[in-house]
Amino acid sequence: MIQHLASLPILLPMLSAVILLLPPCGKSLKARRIASSVLAVLTFFISLLLLLHVQQTGIIVYAIGDWSAPFGIVIVADMLSTLLVLLTSFLGLGTILYSSAGDDEKGSFFHPLVHFLVLGVNGAFLTGDLFNLFVFFEVLLIASYALLMHAGDKQNTRAALQYVILNLVGSSVFLIGLGILYGVLGTLNIADMAQKVPQLTGDDVFLAKAGGLLLLIVFALKGALLPLHLWLPNTYASAKPVVAALFAIMTKVGVYAILRVFTVIFGEQAGPLEYLAQTWLWWLAIATIIVGAIGVMAAQDLRKLTANLVIVSVGTLVALVALQNVNATAALLYYLVHSTLVCAALFLLADLIATQRGKVADRLVAGRAVKQPFLLGVCFIISVLTVVGMPPLSGFVGKIWILKTTLNSDQALVFWPVYLLTSFVLLVALSRAGTSLFWERKNKNSESAESANAHPLQVSVIIALLLCSPILVIFGGPISDYMIKASTQLHDISGGINAVLKGGM
Amino acid sequence: MELLYASCVGVLVSCGIFLLLRARTFPVVLGLTMISYAVNLFLFSSGRLTINKAVVLGTGADYADPLPQALVLTAIVIGFAMTAFVVILAIRGRADLGSDHVDGHLVKSAANSKEQK
Repeated sequence: MIQHLASLPILLPMLSAVILLLPPCGKSLKARRIASSVLAVLTFFISLLLLLHVQQTGIIVYAIGDWSAPFGIVIVADMLSTLLVLLTSFLGLGTILYSSAGDDEKGSFFHPLVHFLVLGVNGAFLTGDLFNLFVFFEVLLIASYALLMHAGDKQNTRAALQYVILNLVGSSVFLIGLGILYGVLGTLNIADMAQKVPQLTGDDVFLAKAGGLLLLIVFALKGALLPLHLWLPNTYASAKPVVAALFAIMTKVGVYAILRVFTVIFGEQAGPLEYLAQTWLWWLAIATIIVGAIGVMAAQDLRKLTANLVIVSVGTLVALVALQNVNATAALLYYLVHSTLVCAALFLLADLIATQRGKVADRLVAGRAVKQPFLLGVCFIISVLTVVGMPPLSGFVGKIWILKTTLNSDQALVFWPVYLLTSFVLLVALSRAGTSLFWERKNKNSESAESANAHPLQVSVIIALLLCSPILVIFGGPISDYMIKASTQLHDISGGINAVLKGGM
Repeated sequence: MELLYASCVGVLVSCGIFLLLRARTFPVVLGLTMISYAVNLFLFSSGRLTINKAVVLGTGADYADPLPQALVLTAIVIGFAMTAFVVILAIRGRADLGSDHVDGHLVKSAANSKEQK
């Protein structure tokens, strides 16, 4: 059993989704909710188990059907991918619990789709093969298309249409990039590619460069990096907030793919192609941070504001990828976990605030007061403190770490002013948002239409997501140790190649 | 053969991009289909264009690279499913938005239909 552990975070969500479609769960909503939650808890614990196991024994390479790499398909569970798998499973669990309070009955097949999405994201994190990365991208995308349409209206259809077309074009570009790389290298296994890229000569170098940069375009599209980020605010703001909370992990898949491909394949060991995308990534990331901050300032409602926060966090993450050293990657992992969780919490909070404010919803204008000002206000201020990076919470630790890693490099002159000014802009924008959401009331038309209190399940999911922030600080020692080890493992390219190509079970 | 093959892929891609840039969903879907054909041809050629080679291992001294064929097969299946999905979505969009514009000019088309009445 234990040697199959690495495949379970992919298999289990798939089986869960199928079980949820079958009669007892397919018909009764209650059975579906209970089964879905139980299976999500199971996936979460399996992911946790895998993480602890990998931490002890090192990289697990699982050859599917016992066809060893580079010919067969391998699942590679290293510390980086298991951490992200754990994050995904946790977020999936949160989404399922939150939606069980009522969002799931507004459309069909919510629970199976969430499990399919978790399957796709987990697969993308665990696969050791670029073609399977493409396949898992498609799995998570098709689930996300359907989830985006969940309980949708007209606005939703338009956003979904644009999102689907954009991603289909992205998939075509992905395949062309893969075709070029396969034609040049004769393999699509990440470890094998890393081994073969330094040996390229002549025209092949330029072909591989073209292929690699095409992949960068695709990953930038998924991750919402600057010129390709325009789809994100609209999509995330028109999706149901609970779906948007789950989507918070999807941009991170793009960032992960950039990190993996441009560190391992086109990183420091790539000979003529070393640091292929570094300059591109660096400047695009800086520009993304700036544009995201402008978007935050300009946002008219809380959901769009949060969507732009996601863009800012993607910019920060990619800037850290561009630095290409162990310390920066460790800071990146810490910031990635923190920003995913807090953005998800903010989306869910936006949902509660919108429901309780009635007609004005989450638009940042004066309107009816929320029903539970204390509870929502406290949650909101905690998440704002976390996002902006104020002292007691995880944002602060992440920010200090990021600033420290960039201090010694000569890029600090560009990065520090941009990053610090952005934080200030976020602080201003979020304070303004909080003021108008909670304090500016219009009592003239005292609508008697009472909104219900938030469901306890919804509140507890938000609190659980927010609690992760102090936990990331309190257990900062062991967690940052883990991040440093994970990034050391990622940057130890020859060690990774050996583990995959020779250690296949 | 290489020239013919390459220009075939090139023409398909350029037609696809031209159609993608149209504003209505039907040409866009056609464009996506053309691009996915071109992509499949391209992937197929990444195993090198050769003739007279065995497809199955052990039936001849030389054999064709089997992996691109597997990749193309996967790409075709996925591309087919995605095209089906986008067609359904386009129909839904036509019904919901009252226009088949990709941007879904909701207000404008409503105004137009009023004028017609």
